[in-house]
Amino acid sequence: MAISGPLRSSNREPIPIDARAADHLRYIRETMESAAEFTAVPGWGGVAMGVTALVAAFVASRQAAPRAWLSVWLVEAFVAVAIAAPAAATKAHRANSALFSGPGRKFLLSFAPPIVVGGLLTFALYSAGILAALPGTWLLLYGTAIVTGGAFSVRVVPVMGLCLMLLGGAALFAPASWGDAFMAAGFGIVQLGFGWWIARHYGG
Amino acid sequence: MLQTVRNPAREAAPSDLDRLIHEHIRLGIVSALAVNRSLTFNELKALLKTTDGNLSVHARRLEEANYLVCEKSFDGRTPKTQYRLTPAGRKALERYLNHMEALIRATRER
Repeated sequence: MAISGPLRSSNREPIPIDARAADHLRYIRETMESAAEFTAVPGWGGVAMGVTALVAAFVASRQAAPRAWLSVWLVEAFVAVAIAAPAAATKAHRANSALFSGPGRKFLLSFAPPIVVGGLLTFALYSAGILAALPGTWLLLYGTAIVTGGAFSVRVVPVMGLCLMLLGGAALFAPASWGDAFMAAGFGIVQLGFGWWIARHYGG
Repeated sequence: MLQTVRNPAREAAPSDLDRLIHEHIRLGIVSALAVNRSLTFNELKALLKTTDGNLSVHARRLEEANYLVCEKSFDGRTPKTQYRLTPAGRKALERYLNHMEALIRATRER
């Protein structure tokens, strides 16, 4: 999040003038990138959600009954929301900006539709007994929500969404028994990795 | 350093450089405001990782030059200071960017 200085200081050797000018341009670009997204997307929240998703994937993989398997992932969804909402609010508050104004509102308005669709499809697919399609569907729609919400955020956010979508697409055509592994990779490792990156570079 | 250029291009002449936004913090303030309708004092402080005193001094310099406007209000009982870039400030940043690009071009063409 913090911007480093534009100048190559404390170097005794003369710096070519074009390199110095390039440093200034880089500083401007980096400042603009960070400022465009004084993002409320919570990095450490993402790390925490990644960890709980890995636990959920492990627990879910040991469930024989479809209903129990679905329950594990629904509980994980509520846990993720319980982590993300206060984490985003805290981060926005720390930046002295309201979560539901400006970029935060844009993110939520773009993020919500695919998530609502995901909820409806979960109900429909479960009712039809097509549980094997759920991991791919969830990853695809959550990825879509991150991409559309992330259009107003730092570039790394839509990239994370794209990774989730790719995993979701692959999960749809992979054997059903790989579902939890795909979920662990997407909701767990991808979210954990990108969350760590956001936390390190975009203010927590 | 800037004086070492032997006027390779008129637009890259040192005299054209806007010293006001050439300074590190002021350049950061103007760049950050160029991509936001407005930013609060605290947002800018966190973004540029600077102190209250440093930020307010540099913001005031930019305000005096009419590069940004400062609006003070209350969020409940908390005072809130918001900054916005003026058209003159945006123009100054564009000029500065052109200047840096011209310097790079001119130096590499030599």
